[in-house]
Amino acid sequence: MADPLLSVVQVVREYGDRVRTRALAGVDLVLDRGEFAALIGPSGSGKSTLLNIVGLLDRPTSGRVILDGTDTSGLDERALTALRARTIGFVFQFHHLLPAFTAVENVMLPAWADEGVPSRAMRDKALELLDAVGLSDRASYRTNALSGGQQQRVAIARALARGPQLVLADEPTGNLDTASSDEVFDLMRNFNRQFGTTFLVVTHDPRIADRCTRIVEMVDGRVRSDQIRSS
Amino acid sequence: MPFQWFVALRYLRDAKGQTALILSAVSVGVSVVVFLSALINGLQSSLIESTLGSQPHVTVRAPREAPRPLVEPTPERAVARLIQPASQRLRSIDQWATVMADAERVAGVTAASATVTGSGVATRADARLPIVIRGVDPDRFLAIIDLRSKMVQGGVDLSGGRVVIGSTLATDLGVGVGDKLRIASTEGVEDLVTIAGIFELGNDAVDKTWVMTSLRHAQSLFGLPGGATTIEFTVADVFAADVVAGEINARTGFTAESWMMLNAELLSGLSAQSSSKTMIQFFVVVTVALGIASVLIVSVVQKSREIGILRAVGTPPRRILAVFLIQGGVLGLVGSVVGSALGVAFAKLFETMTSNPDGLPRFPVQIDITLLASSTVLAISVGLIAAVLPALRAARLDPATAIRSG
Repeated sequence: MADPLLSVVQVVREYGDRVRTRALAGVDLVLDRGEFAALIGPSGSGKSTLLNIVGLLDRPTSGRVILDGTDTSGLDERALTALRARTIGFVFQFHHLLPAFTAVENVMLPAWADEGVPSRAMRDKALELLDAVGLSDRASYRTNALSGGQQQRVAIARALARGPQLVLADEPTGNLDTASSDEVFDLMRNFNRQFGTTFLVVTHDPRIADRCTRIVEMVDGRVRSDQIRSS
Repeated sequence: MPFQWFVALRYLRDAKGQTALILSAVSVGVSVVVFLSALINGLQSSLIESTLGSQPHVTVRAPREAPRPLVEPTPERAVARLIQPASQRLRSIDQWATVMADAERVAGVTAASATVTGSGVATRADARLPIVIRGVDPDRFLAIIDLRSKMVQGGVDLSGGRVVIGSTLATDLGVGVGDKLRIASTEGVEDLVTIAGIFELGNDAVDKTWVMTSLRHAQSLFGLPGGATTIEFTVADVFAADVVAGEINARTGFTAESWMMLNAELLSGLSAQSSSKTMIQFFVVVTVALGIASVLIVSVVQKSREIGILRAVGTPPRRILAVFLIQGGVLGLVGSVVGSALGVAFAKLFETMTSNPDGLPRFPVQIDITLLASSTVLAISVGLIAAVLPALRAARLDPATAIRSG
């Protein structure tokens, strides 16, 4: 069997100096390439903290995160940023697009920010992705002129702009109506099937979780259950 | 366009109101700096010009006479002495032609002229007025003080017992071009001279006393045949006059005085003026810097979630840093261009509004490219420095926290 894409080994995350709050109390999680996993659990169970740690936005107090064969615990900020830029895509609950930029500029952003100068290839890739999420006619719109569903689709295009191996989605449909939720979910699922991109999706929505190939449930900073389902 | 430039310019363009406000503030600040500098530089150079319009930059004089002891004390013999300062008489500089030739070779000297200068009395009918008789070689002297451009009547003709005199003296004596005048030196030599021209240098002491004549004529009036009492020089850089004077002194052994020594009060006035200008400019610059810094800090706070997202999608901290530094620099640059234009316009307007009835400026302003260039460099540097703190703050934002709480 090939190496897993992600291994989270005994990850603990504590906050505070005097009063220690334990957000993650020893999490173990292995994600294989091509999985489409849901991360569920009540509020405060540590889902977002885990997502931030897996996304290299935060460091664990103890434990290790091995991403694509690289043990991230020894990396400095610069190396983490570079690894994050090339391996991970993010989709946030509130899309978090940059309102000062157009849809296509937002999609170009990860590559542009990493490489410094824009290129024709970057733009073509961004337009291709916008086309794939059905927004080719909105490419030059400022993102605040788009609907919630459209914004989230732009955010998905942005997450996929650099061909990441892992996409982390934090309640990507949490803010959308049912029809838009389905659209957004279908998009992510299609990308997962088409390109083999691994997805880890935090969700409160049981309908969404049910359609994933795996459901990881967290309670009190620990993984309580982990079910593999048929895809 | 590089990422950091694109984001910086887009942020500035997007926050139109905020950008316009801070740009106005920077522009007004720069215009004050430019206006004040133009005005004060103009005033100072017109003051210096009028001061130097009637005096040489460096003057070498014959050494003062010193008392010489008749008996020197020795280890065996003490001497009780009463030293009385020697009375000063007009003396020629020993070997003045050689001294002048030596001094002319000093770097920075542009012209030299030997003169015989001494006091005298001018008599016309009942009026007897004290005068300063200045005997010069006109060709050389005109390179030191350009009398030709200051003539109000007649011309500069010092040949054959002709003289040119100051305008106030002419009025006081009631004489004009072509009139005769009796002058007597302190050596008691008298002569009847013809007035060939009347000048006005704008310096009352000069216009009231100077009688210019030929070097030879003055030599005979003061009983100094072939002599010269002073050698006068102009130098290329007027503010280096004391350095050139020191050099002339070292080379010739004669005391050389620069205009700066003779006008110490004027210089200290100018330097006080410059200090107050610098103080005002300093506070303007500090205010501009605080303005830019506060706007950028607000921008960092407002955009902290966006900064977090930029960081999350893989933007290195140095690019975030650059985004805010560029904003500071651009605000400084654009503000300095607008502010320089405003400052120049204010200065020109002020010059026109305060000009004399004859159209000549009473307060001439001096605008040079160096002033504008240095204001621009200053404004950009201030913008960059002011942006350092906000930029560091932005670059150090923790992406996870910024996205969650930004």
